Amino acid sequence: MSSLQLERVKAHERRPIRLQGVAAIVNRIVEEYGYDKSMLIQVLLRLQKSFSWLPMEMLLEVSKQLKVPLSQVYQIATFYKAFSLTPRGRHLVRVCMGTACKVRGATNILEKIQRVLKIERDETTPDGRFTLETINCAGCCALGPVITVDGEYHGNVKTHNVEKILEQYR
Amino acid sequence: MKRIDSPEDLEKLRRKLRSKKKTDKTTISVCVSTGCVALGSIKVLEAIKAELERQGLVETVNVKETGCLGFCEQGPRLSIHPKEICYFKVKPEDAQEIVSKTVIKGEVVERLLYKDPATGKVARRLDEIPFYRHQVRPLLANNERIDPKSINDYIALGGYEALAKALFKMTPEDVIEEIKRANLRGRGGGGFPTGIKWETTRKAPGHLKYVIVNCDEGDPGAFMDRSLMEGNPHSVLEGLIIGGYAIGAGEGFVYVREEYPLAAENITNAIRQAEEYGLLGENILGSGFNFKVRVHRGAGAFVSGESSALMNAIEGCIGEPRPKYVHTAVKGVWGRPSCLNNVKTWANIPLIILNGAEWFRKIGTEGSSGTAIFSLVGKVNNTGLVEVPMGITLRDLIYKIGGGIKDGKKFKAVQTGGPSGGFIPEQYLNLPVDFDELNRVGSMMGSGGMVVMDEDTCMVDAARFFIDFLLEESCGKCIPCREGLRVLSRILNDICEGKGVEEDVMIVEEIAETMRDASLCALGTTAANPVLTSLKYFRDEWDQHLKAKRCPAKACKALVNYYIEPEKCQACQLCRRECPTGAILGGVEQVHWIEQDKCVKCGSCYEACRFNAIVKLSGEPIPPPPPEGTKPVRRRGGR
Repeated sequence: MSSLQLERVKAHERRPIRLQGVAAIVNRIVEEYGYDKSMLIQVLLRLQKSFSWLPMEMLLEVSKQLKVPLSQVYQIATFYKAFSLTPRGRHLVRVCMGTACKVRGATNILEKIQRVLKIERDETTPDGRFTLETINCAGCCALGPVITVDGEYHGNVKTHNVEKILEQYR
Repeated sequence: MKRIDSPEDLEKLRRKLRSKKKTDKTTISVCVSTGCVALGSIKVLEAIKAELERQGLVETVNVKETGCLGFCEQGPRLSIHPKEICYFKVKPEDAQEIVSKTVIKGEVVERLLYKDPATGKVARRLDEIPFYRHQVRPLLANNERIDPKSINDYIALGGYEALAKALFKMTPEDVIEEIKRANLRGRGGGGFPTGIKWETTRKAPGHLKYVIVNCDEGDPGAFMDRSLMEGNPHSVLEGLIIGGYAIGAGEGFVYVREEYPLAAENITNAIRQAEEYGLLGENILGSGFNFKVRVHRGAGAFVSGESSALMNAIEGCIGEPRPKYVHTAVKGVWGRPSCLNNVKTWANIPLIILNGAEWFRKIGTEGSSGTAIFSLVGKVNNTGLVEVPMGITLRDLIYKIGGGIKDGKKFKAVQTGGPSGGFIPEQYLNLPVDFDELNRVGSMMGSGGMVVMDEDTCMVDAARFFIDFLLEESCGKCIPCREGLRVLSRILNDICEGKGVEEDVMIVEEIAETMRDASLCALGTTAANPVLTSLKYFRDEWDQHLKAKRCPAKACKALVNYYIEPEKCQACQLCRRECPTGAILGGVEQVHWIEQDKCVKCGSCYEACRFNAIVKLSGEPIPPPPPEGTKPVRRRGGR
């Protein structure tokens, strides 16, 4: 078969027997994806989902175990929006800035949230409760303006019910 | 689950499933697609289930969780079969009435039916609603009848029949020939003939070939791929398997963007079910054809929807495009021939194979056959997903299906094709919508986002929005795109802030031309379309910004002031309470006014006021505040 499979076998052989801490966590996911280099983005997505951010230590470990240059791991972790190299708050607030939401006043919603949380875009509140981000389209265009909190959608948001929505997340 | 080993077994299973369904059991279908969920459909679903349990009807009534039906504005939506009664804007509190009235007695709950705001007529069935009456919906209609998590639902409705037909009654060449005769054009937006693309990949040298579903729908204002993938994933999968057979591929990928977790979940589940039935994997239906499918999740990058960039991402590399001297159809994933099509293109395949190319050609126009799915959104009354035959006019789409412009305002433009498309002004409302006609007026079909804009939208601001969007999303690999967008953004932002000069227009045109000629991928070559169409059709708005420093639509923040009309102010204090900076003065029984130097122009007061007392001014002097001191206000109705 292809060189790809040969490499997978080799990777298995060289695998350390007992891993601890970050290495063990990364190993569990890498193993699930069969030590397949092309699964790099998928591996990072899983780690991001579990830990809500990617510490440098983790990137190093992924690079080592998948045998992908650290530069490539780092390049991907910084290129894609889903990855965060700094810790995020407990709740991720995302304001949709798609055309349909924009036409219906998403900018005002974003500004209102910034005022309520007293943070700018891509920042986290000092108490670690909220991180505020924008997305370019949540695909919920019929209900604009839309915000999502931890993946939960809130449609037809008005500036005066922003506080009420955020209050639900403690 | 038992493996299905032949077309006959599949037919047997289908008959069995259908006879089970015929027992006239009442079914309540609740929409659980993202739109309705955002409006609270999960709670409705739970309430219905609880109510059925309370009344001891769990055995006799089916509850089905289905995909999107398109009329998102009116969600949460549920329908009751076999009577085909449709309820909109359902709340959990309505569950009791629905069960005891409609399910048990067969009566209709009048207030939950759709009421036409224009005529006041009540609609019981879907086809009585104007929004649906003018649609033709071969792709979306089944969403209502299928639980996306159940392969049996799909099979009962004729699913995988096309696959059996292709595998046993047609050669791969026949399949390609049929698609070519159907004149199916790529639904991702480019409109490239699908049959020819398939043929190129089939004829390309090499044994290992791939087929790919592109579900990286990044266009702001578009969500049809999402609805199809969430609501009917098996139709996409069946198309992909047929494509794999025709092209000679042994492996397929489904690339789903990060923002669509439910779509990824449903397609992953569909793949698993199809594998268990032997409709995927080794020796499909006993035909000797082997095919497997993997799901790849995107990680949030607009440019990754471009074919070569998407293929890079599948390889685990950064999702940047590459120059395509050799097409991806010949050299794609790992340098092997790879055929990439949009979700809707794949979903059309089973329909064409089953009903024949002639059937497909009868729908739509000469140059563009079939239906198109649009997400009709923005300032239009009936927002949602619409499926229409190609060639329908924009006017019919916006006024007959969309129900006209919201709040009786005036239509200004419709934006199609996302950041690669353009604005279409009123004079082209009678334009038939298909690939070629839209290109003719400087826009494009794109993946089908259609954002309606009214008089309150500033066209310069809208152009700026797309440029800023693309600036953020450009991968930065090629200079025309990276630098061009940066300069365009700076100029447009200046104009919107009233700092533009007349020479800017010339520079904008020059950059646009360079970007179109010299950028690497479609993101850069089409990036200037929104700006150019805005400039072409709305030149006077540009001039107003440049010369008079005035925004006619009163949308550009820097050029707008808020003002309270003393005659209309009811001194209700609503705006005062909303104002974040305390810029509004006045009190109970005192006319309010805005201290302009404190105002941050956030618009909170404008939204809060119930008496339309707050107006926006642009480029005109602000009247002085009411005379020093107070001014009592007569309250309407008096208390």
